[in-house]
Amino acid sequence: MSTTRFRPSRRFWPVCAVLAIAVTAAGCSSTGGRRAEEARAKAAATGGSAVTTPRWKVAMVTHAGAGDAFWDTVRKGAEQAAAKDNITFLYSNDAQTQNQVQLVQAAIDQKVDGLLVTLAKGDAMADVLGKAKAAGIPVITINSGEEYSAKFGALTHIGQDETTAGQAAGQEMAARGRKNVLCVIHEQGNVGQEQRCSGAQSRAGAGFQVMYVNGVNMPDARAAISAKLQSDPSIDTVLTLSGPMAATGLQAVQDAHSGIELDTFDLGPQVVAGLKSGSVGFAVDQQPYLQGYQGVDLIWLYKYNLNMLGGGKPVSTGPQILTKDNADALAEYVARGTR
Amino acid sequence: MSTPDLLVQDRPAALRRLLARPELGSLIAAVAVFVVFAVVAEPFLRVSSLGTVLYAASTIGIMAVPVSLLMIGGEFDLSAGVVVTTAALTSSMVSYQFTAVTWVGVLVSLVTTLAIGWFNGWMLGRTKLPSFIVTLGTFLMLTGANLGVTKAISGTVSTKSIADMQGFESCRWLFASEVTIGGLTVKATVWWWLGLLAIGSWVLLRTRFGNWIFAVGGDADAARAVGVPVARTKTVLYLGVGFGAWVLGQHLLFSFDTVQSGEGSGNELIYIVAAVIGGCLITGGYGSVAGSALGALIFGMASKGIIYAQWNPDWFKFFLGAMLLLAALLNAYVKRRAERGPR
Repeated sequence: MSTTRFRPSRRFWPVCAVLAIAVTAAGCSSTGGRRAEEARAKAAATGGSAVTTPRWKVAMVTHAGAGDAFWDTVRKGAEQAAAKDNITFLYSNDAQTQNQVQLVQAAIDQKVDGLLVTLAKGDAMADVLGKAKAAGIPVITINSGEEYSAKFGALTHIGQDETTAGQAAGQEMAARGRKNVLCVIHEQGNVGQEQRCSGAQSRAGAGFQVMYVNGVNMPDARAAISAKLQSDPSIDTVLTLSGPMAATGLQAVQDAHSGIELDTFDLGPQVVAGLKSGSVGFAVDQQPYLQGYQGVDLIWLYKYNLNMLGGGKPVSTGPQILTKDNADALAEYVARGTR
Repeated sequence: MSTPDLLVQDRPAALRRLLARPELGSLIAAVAVFVVFAVVAEPFLRVSSLGTVLYAASTIGIMAVPVSLLMIGGEFDLSAGVVVTTAALTSSMVSYQFTAVTWVGVLVSLVTTLAIGWFNGWMLGRTKLPSFIVTLGTFLMLTGANLGVTKAISGTVSTKSIADMQGFESCRWLFASEVTIGGLTVKATVWWWLGLLAIGSWVLLRTRFGNWIFAVGGDADAARAVGVPVARTKTVLYLGVGFGAWVLGQHLLFSFDTVQSGEGSGNELIYIVAAVIGGCLITGGYGSVAGSALGALIFGMASKGIIYAQWNPDWFKFFLGAMLLLAALLNAYVKRRAERGPR
């Protein structure tokens, strides 16, 4: 047996080149992808600072875990305000109490001009915030820990009261005539999530169950929710507590093949798409962008003019109920990561 | 000199001894990290920042001491992270529920963590299962128990504040006080760390038990053959981890008043990272306690240095992983060079 060696003809390489160009051109997606993202980023207003104050330094230390979409939105808001207010914005985060405390201490060591802190762990932050106060650094608390904020000497708190948010969700579900609600807690032991569920339960006026799933293992969570829906056909509403969990919940609802409505806290691309298509009834939003933006902006106002919104009373960024009517406008903002 | 190796013989004896030290790699790494952050981060060299870095290092280092001893003894403890939380929860809930002086909770907590350590060692000796599996089991069980028991007793996921209870102030003094020496704020954990470090090093290098640790980690069968009580040695090492967890757990409780039940998991790997950067071999039989301190210090400098340098902290874990690999490679290299020389 003789092997014939492949010998390209003279026309082979030009043909290849033409094909490659054709494939490259045809292979360009006219929708989505990085190009679309860059176009959106350009559309979103940025621009330089609009003030003449010196370049202050503001640090934000949160209890967020790594790579959380919600906190990315908070950060974007803060960065936007920082750009406008001629502020150097420093962000750090750690989900563990002692590490978050150390990060706050590190910010104090750096002699920042303002400090934004989340108080998810309440009492644990008392000492270190006392040190910030002693160092003369203005502190504003954001997102969680409204009940501790004033006690620890913060100027104000910007966030959403989770029980109130839960009640708003409950009222909305009652208005929509939901009969039997399944509230899905995806972080066992998160106080805010418990408050959302119990708040909703107090106003829903219907059958109400709480189930726990593992939020860091989405396939597992999806299987758990669909198993629950299959085993109890009387459930007509699933209430999830975050944007990503809503996406998982939607898949589980599809698995279960029944006319179940999904309602959720917080937003995300899938939630907005769901609002549009009708698979999501409503979303309760706490406006994370606003928490970051207002946090930085209020520090600026305080340092510039000694202003404090609400005279130091907690400033609510939610609950804001979003439905199908808002979906079109929201889609654009969610896509650029500011909602 | 029995082995004729020109390369090694050429070197002075002092240098050869230095190269054979397990801490060498981590010492070089620690100096490098310090220099990098001293150059790029202006606040890093301030005295107040040094206090913050030392504190961060001590909260890792307190556990890295017993964990490195355990690794030299040839075993792992994956439950080391959550046991710390268990220690804090136990202490807090016992004191609160029985309205006892906080010292009661502190002592019950010590008994609990030692019991967990003993359980790990006993299971290991009895079942001959790999310690990876045994402690993975205790890790998962404790993670569940921390949450379940706390929720069942306090109704929420965190404990109630014990700050107004009798004995709190003295406990706080012991575990969570701070003294300022010339502008440098030194937290109690730093003293505990240094103390454990001294004791751990002394035990490892100057006592018969220290020889046993090297022996059981190097070759358990050979050690047994020459009369070393292998199972008992390992159990004592697990008790050591329990003790370290108790110290750190009490610190968490008395500095923050309340404890979140879901914390701690993931830290066990940080302790192992500190031990490995410090020159402990993952297969046992080789390593040092002082090295674990350098590992913890590198961790403290890196985690806070990134903040002082105003770098994006998103990259912190990447940096840590790269450090770990580099340290492990350096250790392997140094060890190979040292073994080639005469003993």
